[in-house]
Amino acid sequence: MSSQRIFRKDFNSTTKIRNKVLTLLSVIVLLGFLFYADRNLDAYSVRILQNIAIFIILAVSYNLINGIMGQFSLAPNAFLAIGAYTSAIFTLSPEEKLRSFIIEPMIWPLSQISLPFSLSLLIAGIVTAFVALLMAAPVFRVRGDYLAIVTLGFGEVVQVLANNLVSLTNGSLGLKGLYPFTNLWWAWGVCIFTVFCTVRLVNSSYGRAMKAVREDEMAAEAMGINAFRIKTFTFAFSAFFQGVAGGLLAHLITTISPSLFTFMFTFNLLIIIVIGGLGSITGSILAAILITWGGEALRVFEEPSTFFGFHYEGIPGMRMVIFSAILIVVMIFARGGIMGRYEFTWDGLFHWFKRKLLILGI
Amino acid sequence: MTVPLDFSFAFQQLVYGLTLGCLYGLLAIGYSMVYGVLRLINFAHGDLLMVSAYFAFFGMVIFQIPWPVSFIGSVLFTAILGILIDRGAYRPIRKSPRINALITAIGVSFLLENLGLVLIGGRPKSFPLPALFEGSFVIGAVNVPALSIWTLLVTLVLLVVCAVVVKKTRIGMAMRALSRDMETVMLMGIDKDRVISFTFALGSAMAAAGGIMWCMKYPAVEPFMGVIPGLKAFVAAVLGGIGNITGAALGGLILGLIEVLFVAVEPDWSGYRDAVSFFLMIVILLTRPTGIMGERLPD
Repeated sequence: MSSQRIFRKDFNSTTKIRNKVLTLLSVIVLLGFLFYADRNLDAYSVRILQNIAIFIILAVSYNLINGIMGQFSLAPNAFLAIGAYTSAIFTLSPEEKLRSFIIEPMIWPLSQISLPFSLSLLIAGIVTAFVALLMAAPVFRVRGDYLAIVTLGFGEVVQVLANNLVSLTNGSLGLKGLYPFTNLWWAWGVCIFTVFCTVRLVNSSYGRAMKAVREDEMAAEAMGINAFRIKTFTFAFSAFFQGVAGGLLAHLITTISPSLFTFMFTFNLLIIIVIGGLGSITGSILAAILITWGGEALRVFEEPSTFFGFHYEGIPGMRMVIFSAILIVVMIFARGGIMGRYEFTWDGLFHWFKRKLLILGI
Repeated sequence: MTVPLDFSFAFQQLVYGLTLGCLYGLLAIGYSMVYGVLRLINFAHGDLLMVSAYFAFFGMVIFQIPWPVSFIGSVLFTAILGILIDRGAYRPIRKSPRINALITAIGVSFLLENLGLVLIGGRPKSFPLPALFEGSFVIGAVNVPALSIWTLLVTLVLLVVCAVVVKKTRIGMAMRALSRDMETVMLMGIDKDRVISFTFALGSAMAAAGGIMWCMKYPAVEPFMGVIPGLKAFVAAVLGGIGNITGAALGGLILGLIEVLFVAVEPDWSGYRDAVSFFLMIVILLTRPTGIMGERLPD
């Protein structure tokens, strides 16, 4: 619904090619920057860059459900956990499994399997998507509102299962000693792939169906859209990428335990997509960068510090107070967030430039 | 591990299950009321339980107020807080899409929890038990705590009060009308916001009563104590038929009984206790989405 419609008339093949070239160029610039970062930046900055990539994957796929399709899911932490555990179980070596499963040995076939990282990510995504499918089927048959509570409860259940299925997850001890496979290239590669797939999906007839369901489900049904099917499909699609992101995260921090995947994670993502603008992919990306960076900066509030001779004992939890206050304030006063429902387009950029030039009288 | 399933054991578990069920029921009533009127899942409802527990705790321990005054004060303050939350956070976005209201509700919930963490600290505080609620009666081999009887009494009395308010008073009539058709109600010259404020006050007061009873049973007051009870109370409200007050209480009782009996039958499963209510919810959604006593709600 964004500026695309306004510029539909001067869409011809040359502008299309121009846009594609520009997109490709910016991806190359990004890769160049990553190459530079990989060589020159310190470990902390690289780590933040990797976090940003993972949060972009999560935010973009989460925004697909909450923003573009208008269904309120609270499951990312559950999907993240499923993806992280699945991929970790498949990449750990049999010896490592034997060593870390001290309460109960791991169940047989899994205890011997060790797969390459890429394959484990794929399996993580597929398993997560399958779980999402199982969950969506009962929920989307009834009112959409219940999705919020069912997904919230599902997050708790995943934690309960991770704690109790000891022969699969090693219980509260978690999985240790994962090989740090996730590097800048893996994180950003998956990130670019996710954004590409999501943008293509949103601009397809499926994407228009999603927006129709968001605006008015009954009217969408009347136009021949099978709302149940489109919701279930999108839910599984988004879960796939969240599962993959979970795999990336697990191999970034190399130790996972059930307590890692609390509702706090979902809350952070919710803040990102709300600040970016519900329904805007570009907004989600911008906000993911902003919040991941800003979250690091806000740590100041939780650590003891001294300014102007006034000693300030760090208060743990202060960041979350600030974040939740921001969330409420944005919802009440600036519902659109940074981007509203608009997307960044090259045409929009050029149009903006032209207007600026006109104003300057050139 | 097997447990001897004799009569007194079963009855004992029944007592525990009913007590837990009453607590869920008290919370579920408020949840159900707010949902019935606003179609909003008030995520902050569980946190009102926590707030009321802190109010009562501070009243008794810090200010040394006698417990009845402290309890009543806590209920009143929580009701006021409920109205303030509605005015501050929910009223400005009443006309916006439902998803925005849900996000705001999550924000309020997190704000309450983390404010509690920042202002009071995360260390659990031990809730003092007034002498009246101590002790227990022994009937045969069954031990009935006095607190269980009090919980049941409080729940029954509050349920009757709520039912009378909703069914017999003018404001209750307005509440029921509002849950049917908000626009028509406004055309009838009813101050919608006043009715909604009243609903929040009543629901929050119920949550506060539940919170205080909860703390006497599980006397550890901490900022995140309301999350799980809140979640289960919603399941109870759905189970009973959301929007229906008697249904909510009934749903709470059933959920409490199921949870306690689940662990009693097979103690090895106690780790999965928190998962039971969720699976129950899925089953209800598949078989009878309107709950036990619910009627189909207009969308």
